[in-house]
Amino acid sequence: MTKPGIPRRTFDAVIVGGGGAGLRAALQLAQANLKVAVLSKVFPTRSHTVSAQGGITAALANVSEDNWHWHMYDTVKGSDYLGDQDAIEFMCRNAPSAVYELEHMGLPFSRLDNGKIYQRPFGGQSKNYGGDQAIRTCAAADRTGHALLHTLYQRNIAARTQFFDEFFALDLIRDDDGYVLGVTALEIETGEAWLFEARATLLATGGACRIFRHSTNAHINTGDGLGMVLRAGLPLEDMEFWQFHPTGIPEVGSLITEGVRGEGGYLVNKDGEAFMPRYAPNAKDLASRDVVARAIAQEIRAGRGCGPHGDYVHLKIEHLGADKIKARLPGIRELSMQFAGVDPIDAPIPVTPTAHYMMGGIPTNLHGQVVAPVRYGPEEPTPGLYAVGECACVSVHGANRLGGNSLLDLVVFGRAAGQHMIEYLRDNPFPRPLPSTPLERSLARLARWDRGEGSETVAGLRAEMQQVMQAHCGVYRTEALLREGLTLLDGIEARLPAAALSDRSRMFNTARLEALELENLLPIARATLVSALARTESRGAHTREDHPDRDDDRWLRHTLYFLEHADGRDQLDYKPVRLKPLTVEPFQPRARTY
Amino acid sequence: MLADPLHPNRLRWLCRRGMLELDAWLTRYLEMGLPAQPAERQADFARLLERDDMDLFDWLTGEREPPAEFRAVVDAIRTTRYKRT
Ligand SMILES: Cc1cc2nc3c(=O)[nH]c(=O)nc-3n(C[C@H](O)[C@H](O)[C@H](O)COP(=O)(O)OP(=O)(O)OC[C@H]3O[C@@H](n4cnc5c(N)ncnc54)[C@H](O)[C@@H]3O)c2cc1C
Repeated sequence: MTKPGIPRRTFDAVIVGGGGAGLRAALQLAQANLKVAVLSKVFPTRSHTVSAQGGITAALANVSEDNWHWHMYDTVKGSDYLGDQDAIEFMCRNAPSAVYELEHMGLPFSRLDNGKIYQRPFGGQSKNYGGDQAIRTCAAADRTGHALLHTLYQRNIAARTQFFDEFFALDLIRDDDGYVLGVTALEIETGEAWLFEARATLLATGGACRIFRHSTNAHINTGDGLGMVLRAGLPLEDMEFWQFHPTGIPEVGSLITEGVRGEGGYLVNKDGEAFMPRYAPNAKDLASRDVVARAIAQEIRAGRGCGPHGDYVHLKIEHLGADKIKARLPGIRELSMQFAGVDPIDAPIPVTPTAHYMMGGIPTNLHGQVVAPVRYGPEEPTPGLYAVGECACVSVHGANRLGGNSLLDLVVFGRAAGQHMIEYLRDNPFPRPLPSTPLERSLARLARWDRGEGSETVAGLRAEMQQVMQAHCGVYRTEALLREGLTLLDGIEARLPAAALSDRSRMFNTARLEALELENLLPIARATLVSALARTESRGAHTREDHPDRDDDRWLRHTLYFLEHADGRDQLDYKPVRLKPLTVEPFQPRARTY
Repeated sequence: MLADPLHPNRLRWLCRRGMLELDAWLTRYLEMGLPAQPAERQADFARLLERDDMDLFDWLTGEREPPAEFRAVVDAIRTTRYKRT
């Protein structure tokens, strides 16, 4: 039953998200001659995937000796043993074929002299299970994500995928038997609500780093798919794990690469002290990302941060001299002048730990099916619902992602999910009747923003949430800090009903969109705080100062967070890590040292 | 029904990009530079927003020269001062 007047479209499959993950899955379906719609809140080639500059990891062995099993070892170890070893084996084994497939689609990879795909070294890559540096990441100059997105977009156009650009997905439609039957969406240009009906729905809405004040992510990364899943009564997995890049420009978030420290740049606190030797006597400023991020956070907490709020430290490169800076680091100089207002030839660059990647997300199996503990076991597929990419937790990244593995995750699992959806659609040829309540709930959510006088603003509440998350649930975490953060977040959420919009026009009403995004960000922030508070150990990106060690006996398991549950709000559940790979021997947890 | 291509709300949404630096640059100009500009320059900005993220990034970082039609607006975006709050 639908209300008259709501535009309604029916497809075999609807994909929410036109980044690398959504486009790869859509292509699989469209090439099988299924009717596929891709909804994207921004034009697809402006998805965040465009930012990925480093490359995509696959053991092609074009530059150094290599094989997928070494890649698998590095990924399991990098994940601090929280990654599921079956999914990791699947990804690493399928990596070379996924990359060659992109090559055949026309992705313009850079080339070695012998004509093979160019590969570069990334952190955490080793030969022979922890030996010498491997060279494993395939690149198309410094714009691999851009090339990937454009290649997949063109292919989808050719395969007749139907694009609904500037459509903002609101809610999943789920019937009483738990089947997902499509989504509701807002057409941004007109402000009208639509209904997209499909026998299979895939979420590929990307990450949610905008819950933090400092983030390297574009502003669109508000985790909308995660909000949709929580509202549908499904859980999120491992939300305590967020990767922070140690050196982003405060506020803006623009990333200052490790390369700057590689060229001789070093960090100082407000007293002018080069503090890294205190934290990492050997590697100093070149220690791994998490070590440097934690050191900066400690300095800031100890009151040795710089600036009026003491919330950043300085990255000094003046001593390199103007000539070297201009020759070697022109891009960094430009970003610093533009976004920090500082020419690093004369003065140090302000930097602070900055949220970069979300390891957790919507729990899936390696076919991309969204799984949840229901009747029969901890990982029952939700019929008709799939998720892939940064919004999903399959879980190949576990507690910490390795660079270059994210683009790989998009294409390997995008293809696998598309393939599984083809089979699911074949086995479920008939549409099920649409329930009316979810639709009404969605419309009520929209109508809520057309009412009332507000004593609060969306921008104000969002900024407060971001500040709370940065200060209480960032790199430095303790029980007291997290508890206080949760209380503060409760207060912010309690004020949400008092927020109203000043602009209630229909067309391109960005204020309404930002309100809807905030309704997704807030429960994700909650999931993060609650999951982080419960996990009394340190693993990968989750560091508890009050529980500094990894505790495999108690915590070698995945967190599941439910927003609303039969047993009440904020329920946690746990499921075991899948330690058994598909065909090879398991890698047993060991201390993670580099 | 098509929205006016220069409608401020439309331009604001088109400033949402795939790269953080573009969000920052474009929104900053939208808020602090654009309102005072004549319609002609506003139209340049609207046309610029139709372009690819990588092109915008290269033009704004100075990595590549923008085409003549965008030189003035790219310059204006680059020279709008960023204020730290
Ligand atoms: C600066 C930076 C550099 C990086 N470099 C690398 C790298 O070198 N290698 C690597 O492997 N990884 C890298 N990553 C990580 C990687 O880029 C991302 O994890 C990946 O691109 C995410 O892809 P995705 O397809 O899951 O989502 P995205 O590309 O973020 O796409 C999400 C899509 O969902 C749509 N969407 C969201 N919400 C809605 C809604 N409500 N309604 C409709 N549509 C919606 C968006 O419009 C968009 O099309 C980098 C990340 C950053 C921040």
